[in-house]
Amino acid sequence: MDNLAYVLPQTNPLASELPLLQAEQLSQWFAPGKGFAPLDLSLYRGEVLAIVGESGSGKTTLLKALSGRLTPQQGQVLYRHGEQAANLYQISEAQRRNIMRQDFGIVHQHPMDGLRPRISAGGNIGERLMEVGWRHYGDIRAQAKSWLSAVEIDIDRIDDLPITFSGGMAQRLQIARNLVTHPKVVFMDEPTGGLDVSVQARLLDLIRKLVSELQLAVVIVTHDLAVARLLAHRIMVMKQGEVVEAGLTDRVLDDPQHPYTQLLVSSVLQQ
Amino acid sequence: MQRFNQHLATLDADLGYNFGYLDEQTKRMIRRAILKGIAIPGYQVPFGGREMPMPYGWGTGGVMLSAAVLGRDDVFKVIDQGADDTTNAVSIRQFFAKVCQIDTTTSTDAASVIQTRHRIPEQALKHGQILIYQVPIPEPLRFIEPRETETQKMHALAEYGPMQVKLYEDIVKYGYIATSYAYPVMVNQRYLMDPSPIPKFDNPKLNQSPALMLFGAGREKRIYCIPPYTEVASLDFADHPFAVQQWSEPCSLCHSTTSFLDEVLIDDQGQRMFVCSDTDYCQQQQASKQEPCHG
Ligand SMILES: Nc1ncnc2c1ncn2[C@@H]1O[C@H](COP(=O)(O)OP(=O)(O)OP(=O)(O)O)[C@@H](O)[C@H]1O
Ligand SMILES: [Mg+2]
Repeated sequence: MDNLAYVLPQTNPLASELPLLQAEQLSQWFAPGKGFAPLDLSLYRGEVLAIVGESGSGKTTLLKALSGRLTPQQGQVLYRHGEQAANLYQISEAQRRNIMRQDFGIVHQHPMDGLRPRISAGGNIGERLMEVGWRHYGDIRAQAKSWLSAVEIDIDRIDDLPITFSGGMAQRLQIARNLVTHPKVVFMDEPTGGLDVSVQARLLDLIRKLVSELQLAVVIVTHDLAVARLLAHRIMVMKQGEVVEAGLTDRVLDDPQHPYTQLLVSSVLQQ
Repeated sequence: MQRFNQHLATLDADLGYNFGYLDEQTKRMIRRAILKGIAIPGYQVPFGGREMPMPYGWGTGGVMLSAAVLGRDDVFKVIDQGADDTTNAVSIRQFFAKVCQIDTTTSTDAASVIQTRHRIPEQALKHGQILIYQVPIPEPLRFIEPRETETQKMHALAEYGPMQVKLYEDIVKYGYIATSYAYPVMVNQRYLMDPSPIPKFDNPKLNQSPALMLFGAGREKRIYCIPPYTEVASLDFADHPFAVQQWSEPCSLCHSTTSFLDEVLIDDQGQRMFVCSDTDYCQQQQASKQEPCHG
C-alpha cells in the first residue's frame, strides 16, 4: 500500500497557482447536528481530496454544496476557470448549470441515480456530448466506444441498457458518462459503496488510473479509509458536521492527531 | 360526441350566446396569451382554459383559440387528419357556424382560419391565414422529465440534450430516426417545440410559413405560437439528416406524388390503396386533371 504514494502524482501546486475550487466559511445545517459547520477548503488541479467520516456526519451535504447542487446557508464556493473565478451561488442558475455541465462530473453511490436506465449505454455516454452541441451520430458513437473501453466495458455492450449491467459495470458506465466531456472536477459520493469487495478493488484501480491520466481534480466521499489511502492526496475527517482533522493522507493515516481519527485508524487496523 | 351534438341542437345563437361562444373577457385573456406566444415563438404560455361543450381530447384547446380569434368576416375550415368530413371536424365546424354565424368552407384557399388536428394542408398557406392546431401534449420533454418545474427550467436554459438522445436511441434501435409524428423542432433557434401529432412530412411546412400558426392544449392549458416567416428546424444529426416519409406509389384517386398518403384497406382480402389524407387537396387535384377533357 505504501508504495502507491509514489505512483500517484504528488500534489505540487505551483506557489503561484490558485485553487481550482475553494470554499470559504461554507456551512449548511438542516437541524442541530444535521449538516456541517463553517469550513474552508481548497482543491488544486489534479488533486484528490477524500472526505471521510461516519454515517450522518454531513459528507454528502458538503459534497452537494461544493458541486453546485445545494445552496448553502452560509459561505461561498469559488470555482476558477481560465482567468475567471465564479462564485457558484452568486452567478445565475443558467451560468451555474453551464459550469456543472461543462466542468463538473458527479458520480453517485448508486449508479442508477446517475444513469438513464432506459437509454442505451452509448446514449448515456453520448448525452453529455449532445448537451454541449455534438450533432454527428458517428462521432458520438466513436467517443462512446472509446470511453467504454477506457472503463473496461466490452464495446459490444454499447447498445445495451444499463439495467442489464452488473453493479460494477454500471458504476464504470456512470464514470464514463461523466468523464466524456473532460470535466475539470469530479465529485464522487461513495463510488464503491454498494459493490462487492473484489469489484471494488478493480473499480478503485480504474479510478486511480483515470485520475492520474486525465489529471482530474476529485473530491471523493467515503467512509472507507482504504479507499482514501489508495486514491487521495489529502484527507478531511468529519464528525457530526465538524472537520476534526485534515492533512496529507499519509500524515493523517499514519500519525492521526485527533482522538476520533485515531479511533477510525485503529479500528481499521484491528480488522 | 352524442352529447355534444345534442348540445349543439339545442344551441341557438339568438338565445344569448356571445359571438364565438366564449365571453369577451375570456377571449381577451386568450388573445393576450396568443400575443405573448407570438412575441416568444415556441414558448408555452399558460392560460386560464375554460370548460367547452366537448370533452378534452376532442380539440378543446383548438376550439378556445378559434373562439378567441374568429371575427365576423372570417371563413372557417376544420380538418381532422386532413379530412373535412370526419365527425369531429364536422361538429366543430357546425359549432362555430352556429355560435358565430360565419361562413365555413372546406377549401384551404378560401379559408381565413383553419383549425386542424394532425395535419397541415397540402396547399401552401398564404400570409393572412391562421392555422390553429389541436394539441394533446404540449411539452416535448415530458417523456424524459415528468416534473413541470424541471421542464420549465430546461426550456429556460435551453438544455435540450435529452431530446437529441431520444433521436440517438431511435437510430440505435431502427438504424434511422423512426420518430414520424410529433417530430420535435427548434423554433427561431431558441425553443424546443412539439408541433402536435402532425406527421413529420408536414414539418418542412412549418419553416418560414407565411401563415400564423397557433397551438392550443386544452387539458394542459397551454398556448404556443409560430409567427409568420419564422425559422423552424427539425432536430437531426449531421450524418442522419431529417427526412420526410415517402411512398412508392402515387395517390390512387388524384395521382399526386407529392402529398401525404393514407393507407386504406379496400376489401377483406387485405387489398390496399393509398389516397391523399388531405381531402380538399385530393379533390382539387382530381378536378384540375379532369378540366382539359371537359374543355
Ligand atoms: N435535505 C435534507 N433535509 C433535512 N435533513 C437532511 C437533508 N439531507 C441530509 N439531512 C440530514 O443531515 C445529516 C447529514 O446527512 P449527509 O447525507 O450529509 O450524511 P453523510 O455523511 O453523507 O452520511 P452517509 O455516510 O450515511 O451517507 C443526516 O442526519 C441527514 O439525515
Ligand atoms: Mg452520504
